[in-house]
Amino acid sequence: MAKINNKTKIEVTDGVLIPARDDSSIFSAWRIAFYGAISVLILLPVLSPEPYCHIFKFVVGFNEDWHFDFGSSGLVKTFEVTVLSIICALIIGLLVGLGRISRYPLINRICTVYVEVIRGIPLLVQLFYIYYALAKFVKIMDISAAVIAMAICYGAYISEIFRAGIQSIPKGQMEAALALGMTRSQAIYRIILPQTIKVVLPPIGNEFIALLKDSSLVSILAVSDLLRRGREYASTAFYYFETYTMVAIIYLILTLFFSRLVAIMEERMKTDVNQG
Amino acid sequence: MSTRVKVLNVSKNFGHVVALNNVSCEVKQGDVFFIIGSSGSGKSTLLRCINRLENVTSGDIWIENDLVTGPKANIRKIREETGMVFQSFNLFPHLNVINNITLAPRIVKNVPAEEAEEKARTLLKRVGLLEKERAYPEQLSGGQQQRVAIARALAMNPMVMLFDEPTSALDPEMTKEVLDVMKDLADEGMTMMVVSHEMGFAKAAANKVVYMDNAEIIEIGTPEEIFNNPQKERTQRFLRNVLKA
Repeated sequence: MAKINNKTKIEVTDGVLIPARDDSSIFSAWRIAFYGAISVLILLPVLSPEPYCHIFKFVVGFNEDWHFDFGSSGLVKTFEVTVLSIICALIIGLLVGLGRISRYPLINRICTVYVEVIRGIPLLVQLFYIYYALAKFVKIMDISAAVIAMAICYGAYISEIFRAGIQSIPKGQMEAALALGMTRSQAIYRIILPQTIKVVLPPIGNEFIALLKDSSLVSILAVSDLLRRGREYASTAFYYFETYTMVAIIYLILTLFFSRLVAIMEERMKTDVNQG
Repeated sequence: MSTRVKVLNVSKNFGHVVALNNVSCEVKQGDVFFIIGSSGSGKSTLLRCINRLENVTSGDIWIENDLVTGPKANIRKIREETGMVFQSFNLFPHLNVINNITLAPRIVKNVPAEEAEEKARTLLKRVGLLEKERAYPEQLSGGQQQRVAIARALAMNPMVMLFDEPTSALDPEMTKEVLDVMKDLADEGMTMMVVSHEMGFAKAAANKVVYMDNAEIIEIGTPEEIFNNPQKERTQRFLRNVLKA
């Protein structure tokens, strides 16, 4: 029988749990965590404005009169790094993923080695390496160095998702396309990739969340993201515990929010498939 | 009648497994060339070598005057000349019926969209599925999917149609609707090579039946010759087993 490949799901082991509606225990755990975190985020500044309200303003980027200041916002910086990195990582991931299924042994080998090397080096080490090692030859701006390092690292993981996604499409699809006279690249572009997108979107959503969390590592590169702003505040005001509580809560809310978003996307895709 | 497909001394090995061993045969224009044999006898491999989904290990294949085998072969031209229908249909699940049919003519032959769609509707009418042009493959039954797959292959105006066990994945009642379409094609004079176990179809529509066993062609003849009076002992044994079942 023809396999209905749209329902293929790629399991991703580490990372947050994705709370689907029909997975009631995870969904209720998600609700407790999400609404709990939001209550804490609101209650702490209300009940004890000094220091929590100040921390919130400083980290998220409000000045004393609650005017949002784009430039000094740790939240904006975190998103900037995350979004730029995921875009670059997707491009790298797609190219490397295609390279890994290439028929040319050299391209195949280069891409596989890249994935193996990158996945074997901790992200923090890569960040240091790119920032300090490359700085010997070219001067890279802080945020560019951060984005380059994150993209190179996550590109390797995302390439694995693309490769697995492409390989999850039944072989008959490629054969049918070739038998109709399409070239291999036409077949990949017109037949294989459109089907792959549906399969890889949820795991890529996962990678986005993981990247959002890992973006906190760039705080060591003088990029004023959420964590860095927290450190700056704590080191002058000496409210270490309070500051990192707020920072952790903000990260938690972001992560939980996006994990639910990925789940909704996944549910949508299922109904899309069912309705055709 | 001129020769459409010529297979000469073709062998194909998968590693140490011999799939085709020195196979030769000739398919003339308008032939319905029916290949029978137990599974693993090399029937499908023969079809797949003809449109070069597999490369032969040795030997030569021609379609009309084009050499299929060899490094200089124009693979795309060969694939435009051959239409293939698969056991598992292999419709493109992300495209609706009409786009499944028109995609290849549009991007391979650069046929204008309207012309391709008009042609597709004619073909859909022929396979009795005109009302399904906006449906997606998974909304269709197996038999309907296979009929769309036949229309999709026909849309490229092939000179020879290759059917690789087109009904093996279908229920009996769906088998009939697919065989009816194939019978119509045969009656219209399409050159066809069919790998199948549908002996009834072979008797009704084929003009040549080939029995393959163990990577070799054992016997070629008309349906009457093969079914009523097989010469080789292996053919007799195979037919006894099949017809008994």
